[in-house]
Amino acid sequence: MLSAKSQKREPASLLIKGGHVIDPAAKINAPMDVLLRDGRVAEIALPNKVRGSADEKFDARGLIVAPGFIDLHVHLREPGQNYKETIATGTAAAAAGGFTSVCTMPNTAPVVDTDEWVAWLRHPERGAVVNVFPIAAATRSSRGAALTDFAALQRAGAVAVTDDGKPILDDETMRAALRLGAELNLPVVQHAEDTRLTESCSMHEGPTSFRLGLRGMSAAAEANIVDRDVMLAQQIRESRLHVAHLSTSDALKAVRRGKRAKARVTCEVTPHHFTLLDEDVGEYNTNFKMNPPLRSATDREAILVALADGTVDAIATDHAPHATHEKEVEFERASFGITGLETALALAITKLHREHKIPLTRIVELFTVGPARVFDLRSRGSLARGNFADVTIFDPKKRWTFEAAKSRSLSRNTPFDGWQFTGKVVATIVGGRVVYRTP
Amino acid sequence: MMHGLHSYAMNKPARGSLLGIEHLEDKEILGLLKLARRMNPLKPRPLLRNKRIVLLFYEASTRTRSSFEIAAKSLGAITTLVQSSGSSIEKGESLLDTGYTLRAVGADAIVIRHPAAGAPHLMAKHLDIPVINAGDGMHEHPSQALLDAFTILKHKKSFTGLQIAIIGDIFHSRVTRSNCHLLTRFGAKITLCGPPEFVPEVSATLVPGLRITRHVEEGLRGADVIMLLRLQKERLAGQKLHLQDYIARYQMTAARLKLAKRDAIVMHPGPIIRGLELTAEVADGPQSVIVDEVHNGVPTRMAILARALGKAR
Repeated sequence: MLSAKSQKREPASLLIKGGHVIDPAAKINAPMDVLLRDGRVAEIALPNKVRGSADEKFDARGLIVAPGFIDLHVHLREPGQNYKETIATGTAAAAAGGFTSVCTMPNTAPVVDTDEWVAWLRHPERGAVVNVFPIAAATRSSRGAALTDFAALQRAGAVAVTDDGKPILDDETMRAALRLGAELNLPVVQHAEDTRLTESCSMHEGPTSFRLGLRGMSAAAEANIVDRDVMLAQQIRESRLHVAHLSTSDALKAVRRGKRAKARVTCEVTPHHFTLLDEDVGEYNTNFKMNPPLRSATDREAILVALADGTVDAIATDHAPHATHEKEVEFERASFGITGLETALALAITKLHREHKIPLTRIVELFTVGPARVFDLRSRGSLARGNFADVTIFDPKKRWTFEAAKSRSLSRNTPFDGWQFTGKVVATIVGGRVVYRTP
Repeated sequence: MMHGLHSYAMNKPARGSLLGIEHLEDKEILGLLKLARRMNPLKPRPLLRNKRIVLLFYEASTRTRSSFEIAAKSLGAITTLVQSSGSSIEKGESLLDTGYTLRAVGADAIVIRHPAAGAPHLMAKHLDIPVINAGDGMHEHPSQALLDAFTILKHKKSFTGLQIAIIGDIFHSRVTRSNCHLLTRFGAKITLCGPPEFVPEVSATLVPGLRITRHVEEGLRGADVIMLLRLQKERLAGQKLHLQDYIARYQMTAARLKLAKRDAIVMHPGPIIRGLELTAEVADGPQSVIVDEVHNGVPTRMAILARALGKAR
């Protein structure tokens, strides 16, 4: 599945020389040179052992060379909400964050529930600079009732279906979605939230929500839905369930149960959930308001364990840009969501690797082959010869300060403005073409 | 180590703002109580002559609104009342735009009541004039806590060691949150009393030393101060709790009041619903200081306004 941009890639060949390759899928963690040609990986060999010639060279000394990062969960807000973000600005932010592929959520205006809209998202006129893989709506207008035409959506290029932003609550509808998904080998992505329990809630339920006088979402509101979904996934042969932005310890237990039973259950975790806690909302800072909300220390601890032990399949950003006027309002009225594309790798290295000692190889896995497997993104997630020439090059030791004002996203709603990080993207290569290079 | 949380661009509230009790220093609380004792609405002092105070009320209020207004006028200030109905708020003007507008017409301070927790904080972050919280959602009601403290000190020597029972719908109560922050700070021992729907276990985490009981008798035994809360009928919808059950288990009656210390006082932030959280006999009885609280609201709010505008002498 080629994206618009990689189809019109430049014909040049590029030799990435002197770097340290981490490619967990190929079990490579060693100094290697990589030759890209005609949009594919042409050769990968020990230093100075690449035989083919290259038009250009990239000096990667002191840097990590990894398969292009894949983000399973972004909101690029097109069609219909281009005051928040566009595919052009959102993918520019993705490139700056080291992502070569992003999977877009369908909760736009209108909802992406037809093959025409899926095709529209992938059209070259959208100006994407990284690969865009649309996730289509699972039900018409994401109303949770009638299923969409999964087969047509899949033919048009959808890699999964979801009603993200809302859950599929009805048991029969979820069962039907998983059944149809099983026939087509199409994952059903669930935003696990029992909305019957979370009405007018704006953060996690706990001591902080009580102190601030805000209604809280219980951990059970997430875990109950994941419990049910995992049970359905175990019952329906060949069905594929992907739990989006998992945030609670109890939901992880359900995912583990499903995996042990060999059900095709996967899950993703966001950088903000492995970094922040509910108490970080401080005095009603709306840049710490998202759904699922920041959780308790116990939940974060469980997530860190699951990231390390392999239970979590992918780190996904849930990049959710919003305009200032949607955030500079009363906390309860503020929109849910934060941007995340440009801070994901830095948070993973700073928090997971340096603070919690999770190896870089595991972190790269969570950004590459992990997500590639979740949605079956063929020939991506690894630098094996013949794969797409999507490469992320980063400096794991570089110290830098993130400034929201300089973000490539159209929006500024990040809790990480001014944070000091270790680990920075140096270059992002999509289909053999450098789409981002550190200024 | 990252220090992002501190670097996020946020302006400090203007000096003199009163957003809540939680982050107020002990000496500021004591200073306000001391100042309140010197304020007398019957002997007006023109400390705030020509100052313009806007009362911005997004929610209904009788006591708080009228006592802030009388307090302001007793100090010589000019007041303007802006309410959500009949203003541009009805037309969809945002909270911040309303704030900027009021600042532009010359407000020297804004007293705000709002159904959303944190609304005064948002306004204070963006305005350079003092913002006074007159009740924000379920969060805090600092002027009520100060007038309650003022009232208690008229009847009790100090807060240290006082047994205080707060009975009723704690979860929805901003008054309780502010009172817990204030009174425990100075050594009072508070017991929260009510069914789990109104007093969830998490309530005890608000401040150190809070106790919870489901039995009103246990809460009352040995109490020096009894604080009752309005039972909000509209919030019973959908809850398992029945009104009659609540009355049977928690209503403050003359008989139950006998379990408390003989000199215990009965408080209520109002509005009271006779026959529900308390009987008329208790409301009008000799131990009730409910009317006294309302009365004390004026000097307390005079002190708050004087401090807000730098005239706390």
